[in-house]
Amino acid sequence: MADKKTVHFIIERQDSPTSAPYTEEFEVPYRPALNVVASLMEIQKNPVTKDGKKTRPIVWECNCLEKVCGACMMVINGKAQQACAALIDHLEQPIRLSPARTFPVIRDLLIDRSVMFESLKRIQGWVNVDGSWEVKDAPIQNPKTAATAYEISHCMTCGCCMEACPNVGTQSDFIGPAPTVQAHLFNLHPIGKFNKEERLDALMEKGGITSCGNSQNCVEVCPKNIKLTTYLAQLNRDVNKQAIKNIFNK
Amino acid sequence: MKDKKKIIVVGGGLSGLMAALKICEAGGDVDLFSYCPVKRSHSLCAQGGINACMNTKGEGDSIWEHFDDTVYGGDFLADQTAVKGMTDAAPKLIKMFDRMGVPFTRTAEGVLDLRNFGGQKNKRTCFAGSTTGQQLLYALDEQVRKWEVKGNVKKYEFWEFIKVIKNKEGVCRGIVAQNMNSMEIQAFRGDTTILATGGPGMVFGRCTASTICNGSAVSAVYQQGAHLANTEFIQIHPTAIPGTDKNRLMSEACRGEGGRVWTYKDGKPWYFLEEMYPAYGNLVPRDVASRAIYDVCVNQGLGINGENRVYLDLSHIDADYLERKLGGILEMYSEFVGDDPRKVPMQIYPSVHYSMGGIWVDPKHNTNVPGLMASGECDYQYHGANRLGANSLLSAAYSGTVSGPEAMRWAYEGERGSDLTDEDLAKAQQECVDEFEAILKMDGTENAHELHHELGDLMNKYVTIVRVNKELDYCFDEVKKILARWDNIGVTDTSRWANQEAMFIRQLRNMIIYALVVTKSARMRDESRGAHYKAEFPQRDDERFMKTTIADFDLGTSEPKISYIEFDHSLIKPRPRNYAVAKKEDK
Repeated sequence: MADKKTVHFIIERQDSPTSAPYTEEFEVPYRPALNVVASLMEIQKNPVTKDGKKTRPIVWECNCLEKVCGACMMVINGKAQQACAALIDHLEQPIRLSPARTFPVIRDLLIDRSVMFESLKRIQGWVNVDGSWEVKDAPIQNPKTAATAYEISHCMTCGCCMEACPNVGTQSDFIGPAPTVQAHLFNLHPIGKFNKEERLDALMEKGGITSCGNSQNCVEVCPKNIKLTTYLAQLNRDVNKQAIKNIFNK
Repeated sequence: MKDKKKIIVVGGGLSGLMAALKICEAGGDVDLFSYCPVKRSHSLCAQGGINACMNTKGEGDSIWEHFDDTVYGGDFLADQTAVKGMTDAAPKLIKMFDRMGVPFTRTAEGVLDLRNFGGQKNKRTCFAGSTTGQQLLYALDEQVRKWEVKGNVKKYEFWEFIKVIKNKEGVCRGIVAQNMNSMEIQAFRGDTTILATGGPGMVFGRCTASTICNGSAVSAVYQQGAHLANTEFIQIHPTAIPGTDKNRLMSEACRGEGGRVWTYKDGKPWYFLEEMYPAYGNLVPRDVASRAIYDVCVNQGLGINGENRVYLDLSHIDADYLERKLGGILEMYSEFVGDDPRKVPMQIYPSVHYSMGGIWVDPKHNTNVPGLMASGECDYQYHGANRLGANSLLSAAYSGTVSGPEAMRWAYEGERGSDLTDEDLAKAQQECVDEFEAILKMDGTENAHELHHELGDLMNKYVTIVRVNKELDYCFDEVKKILARWDNIGVTDTSRWANQEAMFIRQLRNMIIYALVVTKSARMRDESRGAHYKAEFPQRDDERFMKTTIADFDLGTSEPKISYIEFDHSLIKPRPRNYAVAKKEDK
């Protein structure tokens, strides 16, 4: 692979949320350990297409370049993933980049994922502490439960699972795997579980867990290897139990 | 009932969120500005942990020792009363984070586990695997979201801070910011403004920082009269994975969990840190480890295959243990490099990582501009000449607990002078609009990103591990040339929608001006202290330089005027710093 001189990109571009998409092709000098974000940075330094036409630099979102902030998610060769961790050596060329169209496109590869953060409000994605002041010692936790919480708490709201899920999109109001599974995270916590009923009630409503079609796509694409389907199944059981309880409590 | 106060917080990392939370709890409203959804802020890149004297490992750890380690590690340049306040508060902060749901790594009995970290002999570092910053940031993000639902926090995400607005008495009463999508520029009123915008890593180009850590906001307020302090103290982290797009951090926790640094000498592994510093070994502070690696590679030519690399070796440690304690970052190394650190030693080299210096603040985090505060890595307060590992998450969170309540106090009791009129706001806004329009018309021959690359190369070459006065003079002149060349940039994107290039051009000018401050401050300090090392002046010179460097912007030349002020070191008498032997406390 090291004898390659250039890397060939076909990038789907779009000038504004309402304008039509188009593609442009670029060639970037190859170097070892090159990734997609670093390639886009090269294009910024000299925004000229493969055919020598001057163009505008690609617009995209990135911050950490270490696969922990979640910002640079895009569709690369058909798969939603973090562009910073997409190494050129592992990708078939030409490399096709496009925005994750489950979300509204702002410009080029930049998308609007605010819906995911809104959903975190809906599921009450927080531990309801009285305040940041001193109260007393925090409760002891079972280290095994804490390890599960740690796994789920890696979710960086990147939206890969949303892009891969067939039930997220204009045809459905499913809030999607990532925000749904976050409810389980807070239900595991010794203080957080005091609001478990409220979170489960929220997941019973329209767009909640009944909208999950169990396609299992989410778990395949999660860049943090969170066992999304396992926790979705657990939540489904919890929601069902809660629904029965709600009937008897009425 | 008191009237409602609105505090502007710029930056939604650990410090900005902590301040926002405290403001809400005190009954205030927050306008929170950030380049990105605050959940994506750079605090999440912190890996190894957060220091607090929990004393749960039978080692008789004390808060005083945490305090002393921090002051000693900072080579006696940190404000001691401020550091004392931070180390006193640390255990309470950890309990707060625990209640908020941070999934700290736990012992079999269910209490928080602790690990070793550099420059400290006791286990004092609380951690959540190797993603502690991510987990702490998320906890505060969640708590602030709760306040957002209640209506006390209004988030301006994907908004860029441009400058502060002062009234005729010179008091900061608001800011101008730009929507990064619509490009709309707008002026905002605030009773107090807190800058919590993080470090200036991108001034050095390749570093361990996120792309958003450009120091632009700090530079902007410096150009409006805020003093910067100790900017020459740039932490070089000893263990990063070198990369052409960025250097990725490989946590100090690797060494905390038993990792060893070595290279080949005479055909045999040479554990040079263990040999040079028998008392602390691989867990010497970062400035000491970075200089040793530099010496071994550059001066002795003993880097791996003659390149600037040494080994960071975990391969002797049990794989299950590693997975539990360091999982996230080992996966990152495998992913970006292709080797499995559980089986083969990692290859690392020092990288620019953190700025001990920043905006000068008083013990309550007020800058010298009334009504403007600074909090977190963008201030200069807690680390002196060198920061200990796992003290940054602590200082970020702690500073927010100070700046938030102080912002409310100032809003009610401060001498704020006249209110901003609508005309004042319109004028400030128009100035920024004009400046932005001028950028969109730039038609020179320079590319902003190329120019940034050159700036980073210069700063990395001349203003990092070993500094030489002649070279600093040269670097300063070259950076000034880059500032002049900035005027000759040609913008390639003239769109008025999500134009990242135009915003970057504005940021770049601020970065160049910040680079001048770092370079000049380094040039003027003729001694070696913490992260600032000059071969010409290898000793610490307390008589001349146990002082805080102050940089004041000179509008005429765009250069800093450097002066020195005294600081509070009333609690611990300075003593020589030597990690070859065990540290002796001085109570």
